[in-house]
Amino acid sequence: MRVVTILMSLINCKDVSLAYDGNIVLSDVNFQLNSGDYLCVVGENGSGKSTLIKGLLRLKSPVSGEIVFSDGLYSSHIGYMPQQSAAQRDFPATVFEVVLSGRLNSRRGKPFYSKSDRQEVSEKLYDVGMEGLKKHSYQELSGGQQQRVLLARALCATKKLILLDEPVSGLDPVVTSEMYSLIQEVNKKDGITVIMVSHDLNAIKYSTHILHLGNTQLFFGKTAEYVETPLGKRFIGENGNV
Amino acid sequence: MSEFFMYIAELFAAPFFVRALIVGTLVSLCSSLLGVSLVLKRYSMIGTGLSNVSFGCVTVAVALNIAPLYISIPVVVASSFLLLRISDNSKIKGDSAIAMISSGAISIGVMAVYLTSGVTNDVCGYMFGSVFSLTQSDMVFSAALSVVVIIMFVIFYNRIFAVTFDENFARATGTNAGRYNAVIALLTASTIVVGMKMMGTLLISSLIIFPALTSMRLFKSFKIVVVCSGFLSVFCFFIGMALTVIFEAPAGASVVIAHIAFFLIFSAVSALKKIRKRSIEINE
Repeated sequence: MRVVTILMSLINCKDVSLAYDGNIVLSDVNFQLNSGDYLCVVGENGSGKSTLIKGLLRLKSPVSGEIVFSDGLYSSHIGYMPQQSAAQRDFPATVFEVVLSGRLNSRRGKPFYSKSDRQEVSEKLYDVGMEGLKKHSYQELSGGQQQRVLLARALCATKKLILLDEPVSGLDPVVTSEMYSLIQEVNKKDGITVIMVSHDLNAIKYSTHILHLGNTQLFFGKTAEYVETPLGKRFIGENGNV
Repeated sequence: MSEFFMYIAELFAAPFFVRALIVGTLVSLCSSLLGVSLVLKRYSMIGTGLSNVSFGCVTVAVALNIAPLYISIPVVVASSFLLLRISDNSKIKGDSAIAMISSGAISIGVMAVYLTSGVTNDVCGYMFGSVFSLTQSDMVFSAALSVVVIIMFVIFYNRIFAVTFDENFARATGTNAGRYNAVIALLTASTIVVGMKMMGTLLISSLIIFPALTSMRLFKSFKIVVVCSGFLSVFCFFIGMALTVIFEAPAGASVVIAHIAFFLIFSAVSALKKIRKRSIEINE
């Protein structure tokens, strides 16, 4: 007997187009993701990857089409790791303060953080290997250390979905693979849906789905199917040589 | 010497002096707390801009024979929202928007003075501040508003940090960043309307900028910077008052000079720390 389960997709993008100042940079994106999927968004520079992330985060509204969240997904369930920190060079903040701000969306109306929030922050800092530097100034850290802190902050904010925009750019190979296994653990163990923008070929092998963009949708489907397509072969060929 | 103490005792018995101390302490605290966020959001000039708007309102109110606060509070709050809005939409950038609004407001103010009586004492007081001319009702009003600002700041502290540090992240993860920017705008406008009476149009932004910048010379934690700014601001206010009492120096300017002195001291300590750190690294 076959058990048919009707899964509501977590995210549904229908004919989405996004624009900057009236210039369309990404058009006709159609895909669906279910809870627990791991999507890797690939494409060249300027192909609209980061713009799509902004659309998914509701920082930018589509000029046409719509992005539908279901399965009880709200923006307060989303963790986000931006490409670089938007904060200025001289911003006085400790590592702990930065990561703690990731807990804000679970506070609802309450003004102050609780003990369990602080506990959670310590755990996430431990996970990314930054526990020892929690009282350190965020701006005085190296690029790689800052990225780990931002990952910890995203993990603190995540309940159902985590979006990562180039999480490993500028990291050395050892730290990169550490990052990937952390993200994979979050996906496998906690069942959190992952959407990751990446240039890196290694990222693909962890993913269940691939979305290839080139100012429009060039491919969307299972990773296993993608690597067999001419597009996938070319992408792997180009990036495999690096 | 005993004459001096008599003089001090007399001052503390004088209602105008006690009023000045109470309101001054509260306004110094408000402006320094908000200042940290404003400086980091690159809104340092908002103090100058809004106090110029407030100056314009006062002259118009004097011309129309209305109590100044009834006009200046709503107009300054509205301008504060407008400035933050304009910067968000980014067609006109924040700094030029502030420059536009403040020069416009000054011109309107000067025109109102020209069309009516010429420069009055009231207007002069608002330009340069008159900490010792607060009336009893001024004090009650200012103190109440300052206490509200301080309580709101403490309640929203974590949200203010989040929207100051990384507004996109806060927005993306479900924090209503627009609302908390509006809270910052409202608190700033309130502080400036109250603080202007004390420091005057020309000096109010120093109350916002100096404590934050001075604390940031030495401290790297947001919370410590905020707390240190609060203490510094109140301390500098007392130093300024002492200079005023002892040398009969102008009150507003004395406070700012105390702030400048602390800024230089903190900068020097920070530079020394860096040099020492470098020499330790070289030795290792």
